Amino acid sequence: MTDLRKKSARGAIINVAGILLLVLIVFMLSVTMSDNDFRRKLVPIMWHLCIFILLGTSLNLIMGFLGQLTLGHMGFMGIGAYTAALTSLALERAGLFDTGTASPILMIAVMLGCCLLGALLAGIVSLLMGIPALRMRGDYLAIVTLGFGLIIENVISNLPFAGGNGLAEGSASSALYKTGLGFSTTLQAQYVYFPILLTIVSVAFMFMFISSKYGRAIKSIREDEIAANASGINATYYKILTFSISAFFAGLAGGLYAICTGSLSTASFSFASPSIWNSTFIVVLVVLGGMGSLTGSIIAAVGMYMLNYEIKNGKWVALMPQFLQNLFAFPMLIYALVLMVFIMFRPYGLMGTYEFSLRGLLFKKGEQAIGGDVK
Amino acid sequence: MSEKAVILKTEKLGMAFGGLKAVNDFNIEIREGELVGLIGPNGSGKTTVFNMLTGLYIPVEGEIYLMGKRITGMKTHKIIAQGIARTFQNIRLFGDMTVLENVKISFTKDIKYNLFDTMFRTPKYFKTEQDIEEKAMECLRIVHLDDKALYNAKSLPYGQQRRLEIARALATDMKLLLLDEPAAGMNPTETSELVDCINDIREKFNIAIFLIEHDMSLVMRICERIQVINFGNTIAHGFPNEIAHNPDVIEAYLGEEAVENA
Repeated sequence: MTDLRKKSARGAIINVAGILLLVLIVFMLSVTMSDNDFRRKLVPIMWHLCIFILLGTSLNLIMGFLGQLTLGHMGFMGIGAYTAALTSLALERAGLFDTGTASPILMIAVMLGCCLLGALLAGIVSLLMGIPALRMRGDYLAIVTLGFGLIIENVISNLPFAGGNGLAEGSASSALYKTGLGFSTTLQAQYVYFPILLTIVSVAFMFMFISSKYGRAIKSIREDEIAANASGINATYYKILTFSISAFFAGLAGGLYAICTGSLSTASFSFASPSIWNSTFIVVLVVLGGMGSLTGSIIAAVGMYMLNYEIKNGKWVALMPQFLQNLFAFPMLIYALVLMVFIMFRPYGLMGTYEFSLRGLLFKKGEQAIGGDVK
Repeated sequence: MSEKAVILKTEKLGMAFGGLKAVNDFNIEIREGELVGLIGPNGSGKTTVFNMLTGLYIPVEGEIYLMGKRITGMKTHKIIAQGIARTFQNIRLFGDMTVLENVKISFTKDIKYNLFDTMFRTPKYFKTEQDIEEKAMECLRIVHLDDKALYNAKSLPYGQQRRLEIARALATDMKLLLLDEPAAGMNPTETSELVDCINDIREKFNIAIFLIEHDMSLVMRICERIQVINFGNTIAHGFPNEIAHNPDVIEAYLGEEAVENA
């Protein structure tokens, strides 16, 4: 039997090398591309991609690995976003930092602090919700979480200090928020490594989580809850734990959203939001990527976001026949079509439950098997 | 002969679904190393008894004691931690997980590492994972499935799935093993493999086995004592040869006329 540890270390080295390569590519792009292209086009895309990857992978923990359907994921993102924004506001009011002049180290500390606080609050709220909600299963759980998402949205809307329709529009704190963490593209470009590294660390944590006893336990609950209980698994505990961890990362994504967006509005986290920032879009993304595959979610997040971006901004759209252009005016229709095509031809999503791994790509296939080889 | 320790004891156990009394006044005492059979016609309440013993149902009356400790009404995972393991009548494996993972699940309750160890992959994490992998392989070896460790559980043939369920139950480190119709749907070869497997387990572990089975030849061959229930009531208990000639049992299985003709 090969040593689990050695193999794991080798995988880690390969993955770190992959991450360094990715960072290097971003760096090369920032040097070679024109300032306008990089700052105005690529950087906002990167921030948004990181947010979508976090949302997709974290929802996959619940949908793919735990096997429960939740429709309130955006609510937790909203908690994270508002907490981060309001914390940064409070810090700025207290004179602890100033977006324009603060040193990079202080800025990173503030960003990290705000994001983590938002994530923590989202985790705590989901813990309190999960205890009653996770007594339900299947469709009933979906309805309950949908309700919770709407409640979160409404509570935030009615908080006096968060403002009815957002922080930047007509609320008392709008003027302050505009100078808070709502980054301009210049600042987004300056701190573009922050969301990238934060996302990498988060996704790495999720991989660790699913490949440990926790991952095994929640997968067994997905497969058969009664049998899991009869094997000594405390299903309730693992469900609530996963629910909270998932909400934690959704809150983290919310924090990033608050940093890179100039204004927050509860409408943008609403269940019926017409933009791609709504819970159903994330659910679609997880289904497309493959329920039970984190790498699938990452690929789907990038794919779906870029599709959306291209439909809205791509130059090729103008070259299409008129009826297609008319169709593209309603991008949600396209996603519905994509989803239908996938369900017909790849019902388990892009990746199914398989994980793409650099180690598996570089070494021979036999080594990929989880849990070591057999005598 | 020295008295062996009592593993399981129930007192006047009863279960009702609405107005239907599914099990009534069920008493049994199982000692260390014993193999006791529970038989009865379809719908007589055998599986209900198992579900009560493992906490899936909470009995409406009576008490259950495991090694002198009261476990009535405890949650399933806590009862499992006390030392009862079971298999299911309709196989309940974790189909999309590997055979090895299926067995590893049962060790989860004993794994001491926490989220911190998981996150930073501490030596404790690797040591524990290595340990349980070896232990899980050991359990698979007992049921002769070690060469199938990396297959998906649902890809195994029926008889092997049954044995995997037993391996998964063994891995919980139990004192009492409940087998719910382990030979159901098996052909004679698979059944005799199963008997070997059960005998192996009895040799290697000092545990009590409580078994539900419809295959009478199997029951008569391996059980030391048999309890018969019908419509939730115990109608007979004793040694296999006594049970085989008990008129009440024959009546329950074959009807009144059979007894008259006998």
